Amino acid sequence: MTLPCRERGRARSRAKISRDTLSIQSLLTWAKLQAKASRGKGTEAVDTRFWLIQAFNGISYGALLFLVGSGLSLIFGVMRIVNLSHGSYFLLGGYVALSVIWTTGSWLLAIPVAAVTVALIGLVMERVFLRPLGFDPLRQVLLTVGFAFLFQQAALDIWTGNPFDINPPAALTQTIVVGGLHLPLYRIFMIGVALFIGLTLWLVMEKTRLGATIRATVDDAEMARGVGIDTSYISMLIFALGAFLAALGGVIGGAFLGVYPGLDFEMLPIAFAVVIIGGMGSLGGAAIGALIVGLADNFGKALLPEVSYFTLYAPMALILAVKPTGLFGRE
Amino acid sequence: MSMARDRVKILIVIVVLAAVALVVPHATSFIILLATRALAFSILVMSLDLLLGFTGLASLGQAAYLGVGAYLTAILAARYQVGLGYDFWLVVALGMFGAAALAALFGLLATRATGVYFLMITLALGQCVWGLAYRWNSLTGGDNGINLQHRPKFGIDLANPVTFFYVVFGFFAVSLLVLYTIMRSPFGRSLVGIREREPRMKILGYNTWLHKYLAFIIAGAFGGLSGVLWAHTAGIVSPENVVLTTSVDALLMAVLGGAGTLVGGVIGAGVVLFIREYLSTLVHWWQYVLGGVYVLVILYLPGGLMSIPERIRQWRTAPTKSVAGENLAATPH
Repeated sequence: MTLPCRERGRARSRAKISRDTLSIQSLLTWAKLQAKASRGKGTEAVDTRFWLIQAFNGISYGALLFLVGSGLSLIFGVMRIVNLSHGSYFLLGGYVALSVIWTTGSWLLAIPVAAVTVALIGLVMERVFLRPLGFDPLRQVLLTVGFAFLFQQAALDIWTGNPFDINPPAALTQTIVVGGLHLPLYRIFMIGVALFIGLTLWLVMEKTRLGATIRATVDDAEMARGVGIDTSYISMLIFALGAFLAALGGVIGGAFLGVYPGLDFEMLPIAFAVVIIGGMGSLGGAAIGALIVGLADNFGKALLPEVSYFTLYAPMALILAVKPTGLFGRE
Repeated sequence: MSMARDRVKILIVIVVLAAVALVVPHATSFIILLATRALAFSILVMSLDLLLGFTGLASLGQAAYLGVGAYLTAILAARYQVGLGYDFWLVVALGMFGAAALAALFGLLATRATGVYFLMITLALGQCVWGLAYRWNSLTGGDNGINLQHRPKFGIDLANPVTFFYVVFGFFAVSLLVLYTIMRSPFGRSLVGIREREPRMKILGYNTWLHKYLAFIIAGAFGGLSGVLWAHTAGIVSPENVVLTTSVDALLMAVLGGAGTLVGGVIGAGVVLFIREYLSTLVHWWQYVLGGVYVLVILYLPGGLMSIPERIRQWRTAPTKSVAGENLAATPH
């Protein structure tokens, strides 16, 4: 099918992949050169270095995936909605952040503004369109796809089809040296953000009354309603929170993934892989799922490029078939 | 009563299809191409309807079977010059068989799940196929895909758009007939029983898993057929054909036309392709129309476009408040 905007997205993603493989190739050639240089000393140091850098990249990518996956997981846990517009929230987050940066020049301001804006969009979508459908998974899924298409067109109209990058402040673009390894500070920042968000969410979920009501709704919505929990309010809150987290991921990921049409449907299945491997409705599961997918993606692309996506999605299908609630899902 | 109404419906479908077959070849070449695409793709939509409308399983990975048929056709034609003469029929059989074999494998995993989990497991399986198509450069040509230089020629020349339209139309009509026959058979009736209430069917002694598994394989086979035709229609096979959005498209087309009606699929495919390929040449905001149509149909017309006559009849005969279709399905755990 000929789709102008998808075509552009594809062209962009092609560029992205060649950039990916380029960096991997350069890494490999670098590793080989190092190996030649230090033949006397043996290649073990280089090998460990290669593995360490790949692991670090995988973990930092996993940190980004956690932001996207945790929201999706919570939404599914509470509402049993398969939200196919989650990738759109990710993309919209990046775009709104760009607008804020263009007008105010402040990257720090862009993060909360983008996240809150997209959270509001999610809130309206849940209240006005999803809620009236009641519990009908298929129609809900289809509705979220319809919105994904609408968001795609809106993004194309407002921000054109050109690919953009979000440039973080110069202080974050440096590299630091840890144990002889050059690590980009930005990736460490990403891990930090994910840790902060994860901890905050965990504290809220485990230690507050609100968290307890959310957990109760995940476990058994009907019983929760029975004991007087306003599950409709909880659903609204969680949907907005999910959109918030996805948009946050979009802003932060925008610095190294870019922001371009088509990113929404590229991110969506990866987010689902995170949620499914980890288990739906579980925060810890989302964290572990994100880590597994982040590492699998990095090592897959570096070691087995021809089957790299297969190695990501095949385990996902197997886990679903054997244990539909995911590795760490709540029963 | 319902038999008579069924006969009327069948008659209407036959008349409309005959009209399409007669009128389209006289239209512009663009319309002929559009109709050919819609017919080829609607075989995939109908195969999905077998799962969605009749068995109650919403699949988000149906494009995988189209992919198997299409890649098989493209690889055989581009690398080995197979399938460009009378052996086209061999490729058709191979495409259907290959897709059915993949469905038999995937079905072992997918048919264990129901509801939302079925949706997600088929998504994962579909992404497996996409991943291979996208990255396995030596086999699939990666992101660039595979170009098909020639259409088959055997007595008739499929390079002629009108001839090709009739061939695709023929395949579509036969698929519709076969799927309709399957749905009317005792097997099809049991599928509907499974959709309505699986535990009861189990108690009655039906092997519901085997029914679902067979439906999954049959759907796969027709998906493969759609792929073979799609490869020659489009002239190029790329990961775009197996990506998640193509599966989503098929699902939306089925619902748009009307799930459980088979012919609704071709209406859905026609409407979507018309908006996407024709309207997009006229206005730049065509995607709002597409998204808007989806959202409105899902919100206000759950039975799809095919349910409009029924709706009108209800509205005219009984202005009383009808019992709203409250969904009492239990939360899956």
